[in-house]
Parts: sequence; structure tokens; C-alpha cells
Amino acid sequence: MTMSTSKKLLWTPSVAFWWRDVIRFLRQRNRIIGALATPLVFWLLVGTGFGPSFRNPAAAAAAGAAGSYLAYFFPGILVLIMLFTAIFSTISVIEDRREGFLQGALVAPLSPAAIPLGKFLGGTTLAVLQALLFCLLAPLAGLPIGIHQILLLLPALIVTGFAMTGLGFLVAWPMDSTQGFHAVMNIFLMPLWMMSGALFPMPAGTGWLHLVSLLNPVSYGVEAIRSSFAPTVSNALSSGYLTGLGVTVLFAAVLFAVSVRLVAKRSRRG
Amino acid sequence: MSHPDQNTAILVRDLVKTFGERRALDGISLEVGRGELYCLLGPNGGGKSTLFRILATLSLPDSGSARIAGHDVLSEAPEVRARLGVVFQSPSLDGKLTILENLRCGGALYGLRGAELESRIQEAATALNLTDRLGDLVETLSGGLQRRAEIAKCLLIRPEVLLLDEPSTGLDPGARLDLWAAMEELRTKHGVTALCTTHLMEEAARADRVGIVSAGKLVASGTPEELTSALGGDVISLGVNPGTGADLLSKRITEKTGCPANVVEGEVRLESREAYALAARIAGEFPGEISSLRIARPTLEDVFVARTGRLFADQNPEETAKAAKKKKRH
Repeated sequence: MTMSTSKKLLWTPSVAFWWRDVIRFLRQRNRIIGALATPLVFWLLVGTGFGPSFRNPAAAAAAGAAGSYLAYFFPGILVLIMLFTAIFSTISVIEDRREGFLQGALVAPLSPAAIPLGKFLGGTTLAVLQALLFCLLAPLAGLPIGIHQILLLLPALIVTGFAMTGLGFLVAWPMDSTQGFHAVMNIFLMPLWMMSGALFPMPAGTGWLHLVSLLNPVSYGVEAIRSSFAPTVSNALSSGYLTGLGVTVLFAAVLFAVSVRLVAKRSRRG
Repeated sequence: MSHPDQNTAILVRDLVKTFGERRALDGISLEVGRGELYCLLGPNGGGKSTLFRILATLSLPDSGSARIAGHDVLSEAPEVRARLGVVFQSPSLDGKLTILENLRCGGALYGLRGAELESRIQEAATALNLTDRLGDLVETLSGGLQRRAEIAKCLLIRPEVLLLDEPSTGLDPGARLDLWAAMEELRTKHGVTALCTTHLMEEAARADRVGIVSAGKLVASGTPEELTSALGGDVISLGVNPGTGADLLSKRITEKTGCPANVVEGEVRLESREAYALAARIAGEFPGEISSLRIARPTLEDVFVARTGRLFADQNPEETAKAAKKKKRH
């Protein structure tokens, strides 16, 4: 008898999945370009194009000293970077299933949480690192980026990255083709981002857009990240940082729980 | 709980699995002893992949039972998984990682880490002659090397039982020989029990015992010698001249000689203990209708034909295609 353990393993396998995702990412340079360069171009083109016609006093105040559209759009782009990174890293679930790597994992004595945990951590790591890298451009948008902004940003980026990876995982897990993933991404994930206040301010009041922004969980991540850039900590806390962070933590937890259930359900089907 | 018989590594009893109307497994039973290399031989769509998936804890049967290393495959999956190495048809290695990284990752899935993991990696790499290739990216390796790395990954957990699904699929003849040599060494030096599915006769002929699977049933089981010698004699194969119908000739030969003949891949085949005398008689009785005459020791293919009355080709191409499609989805 070689292994006395009959319990279902969680941490060691999760760390292995996590580490594998990071290594794979670093070996595929085009993914870095896809996840970082696309949003950068998007930010500059859309940002400069819309800039002159952008009028939103509330958003201008939230964007800090600089009320420009580039500054307003900056947190939204951070979320888009994380969404793209999360999508690229969870799309590998589909390839893993096709190529057999996943079968190898399914016959190991794993806890049903091991695969999602590893994937979520991997996706979150990559998403947060790329978002932080992009933050180097914050001064270009006229946004302050000092110690306290970074301290507020980190938790906001981590939970938002976790939630974005969760969305990607839930879409990828039941799919058997990457084409299907792209379709869902275009009709579901991108609109979630667009209607989150990332691209334009969602109007307050009683209109349907306001309702959408209240119900859209992504808008809380955008909110937490946007308020992290406030000039002072008390400004940040009073402008919705805690609500945004709290709701996003909840959203991420729900996505994780659903993913674990999905994996547990699948493991002996067919 | 351990099975009372410690010499049994795999015990399958009356497994039934249906996919809609089709009975993929129709009450199959078999037993594999410890240290044995057992080959499940059968055409595609015959049920061996379904059995493989159940033994690998990936699928549940409709009824019946299966035990591996003393543990119930259905109710004690974690215990079985901890003792089972599985080599799938589609490679489970990550091409973007090196062999070493794949082995580390594979070991971690079973809770191995640190010095213990590193020493087991060295052990497995040595057993499969991979020590000087550990730093190579898997996607740059030949098919044979990839398969060896795959098996090395399975050995990390020192499995009590190794399951291999069509391990030589997609390998060139040289790589196949390589793989068989590695398997032979695992059995003799490391005492690994292995169950291997295959549709290749020459692969099955190397096993300790062979189980022939057809239409979801085990139709024969034994050592390759037992199976072939049970046929009772040698096999006569007759090539048929153009203009002569093989079916008609087969029927006439049966009537004339009293020895049942059948048509396999356009040739007329008979088995007989006195094959030489019978061949001479047939050659005399049917001049001009036979283009070639061959007498040979029976092969596993002949055993398959004799036990199932069917050709060892895909029994039903449509079902095979469906099965392949199904497999892809998992």
C-alpha cells in the first residue's frame, strides 16, 4: 500500500494548478499582449475620442482632481484588463478537457473545490498583476497613485479579479468549444462590463439603466476600484469603497460556491 | 476494507452500462491478478472504453460491481483513485510545460511535494529512461516519449494498478516497441499490475492474459497460448480467384469436407487439426478457384472470429463514430 491517505486533497493540488496557470501565461507572450495591449489601445482611442464631449460632474468628482474622461475611464479599463485576463485563463479549461489534462485531474483523489480554487487563484494572480502594471499609467490620466491608493486598490483588484475569473470559469466549465465561449463572452460578459459604469456613468434616479447598475454585480467592483483613486482615504471610504468591496466579496464567494458544485456534479457523469 | 483475496488486483462482476438503447456493457465479469499484465482486446465500439472509464472512476455503471486493490470503485472512489494510475488515450500532459514540471504538477494532484516528490520523480524518470529529457518542453517531444512521460507521471504515486487506454494509439512502430519494452520492465522490475485496452493483436499477444471483449461481453479470457491453442489446430486461408464467389466457395467446401468454413476479409478460412491433409484435399477438389493457400498457427484474430463469428474490424462504424463523439465531449 503506497498512500495511506484516502481524504480528498485540496491545497497541494490547488497550488499546482495555480502555479501551472502562471507558468503557462509567462510562456505565451501573445496572451500578455492580448490582455494588456487591447485595453490600452481601447482606453486611448475611446478615451481621447469621447473626452471632449464628456460632461459628468458627479463622475468628475469621483475621478478625483482630474475630471477628464481618460481619468473616468481608467478604473473601467482596469476591470476590462482583469476580465480579459480571466477569460484567457479560464478558456484553458476547455482546452484542458479536449486535450486530456483535465481527465488526469478528474481521476486524482481531489476535493471538488481543488480545481476551481487553483483556477480562481491563477486567474486572479494574473489579472491583478496586469492591472497593477497598467496602474503605472495612472499619472497619465491625471490620477493620483500613492501608497494609500495602492493599499486600497489591492483588495479591490483581488476580489474583482477573483469574481471575473469566477465568471469565466462558470462559462467555460460546461462548454466543449472555445467558439461557444466567445459567443457567451460577447453577449453576456462584455455587456456586464459595459453596463457597470465602467464605460459611461450609469444615470442615477429611477430609470432602467439605474436599476441595471444596481443589479449588475460588476458595477460594485468598478465602484471599489474607482473610489480607490480618491485623493484621501476618507474620500474613498465615503464614496462607496466599502459597499463596492463588500458586494464584490459576496459575489466572488457565490461564484466560487457555484463552481465547486458544478465540478462536484460533473465528476462522474456519463 | 480490503478484499479477502489479496492476490486479486481488479475484480469486475456483471457490469452493465447502457447508453440509450445500446448496451455498451452487457454483464461483463473479469479478474486480474496482482502483478499481471492483462490486455482487453476488442474492436472499437465493443465496450472496452466504457469499462475503462468505469474502472478509472469517471463513470458509473447501471448495475454490477468493480473492485480495484480491494476497494469498491463505486462507493470508495477516493481510495481507488489514490491507488490507481491512469494513462488516457489523449495525453494528460501539458505541452507548454517541461516533463519535470508536468511530473511535479502530476505528483501534487496526489498530495506529493518537497523532497518526497523530487525523489519519486527521479525514480519514475529512471524507470522510463527519461532522466536526461526532464527539461524538455512536452510539446517538442515525439509521441513515444510523450507516452513514456505520461506513464512516468502515473508511477509517481506508486500505483497498485495501472490502467492504460489504447496506449500505442498514434505511435509509430518504433515508439510502440519502445513502449512495450517499458511496460515489460515495469512488470518484471517493479511488479506493476496493468490493465490495458487495445485493438491491436500484436499488443495483446504480449500480455500475460488477454480478455476478448465483444458487444459488451467478455467472450474469451486466458493466456494468448491458451486462447490460440483452444482453437484446435491450424488455420487454412484460401485466396479466391476472380470470378468465384467467396461465399459460395466457402459453402461448397463446408459441404464437401464437413469442416465449417467462413469468409473473412474476402478469404475463405477453416480450422483443422489435420490442416495439411485437408488443404491438399481442397486444392485437389477445387482446382482453378483458389488463388492462394496459406496454413498458419492461429492468431488472436482467429480466436476472435471463432468466438464471435464476426470479423475483427469495426463491428458497427456508426456506433464507433458515436462513441468517439461521446468521448470527445468528456
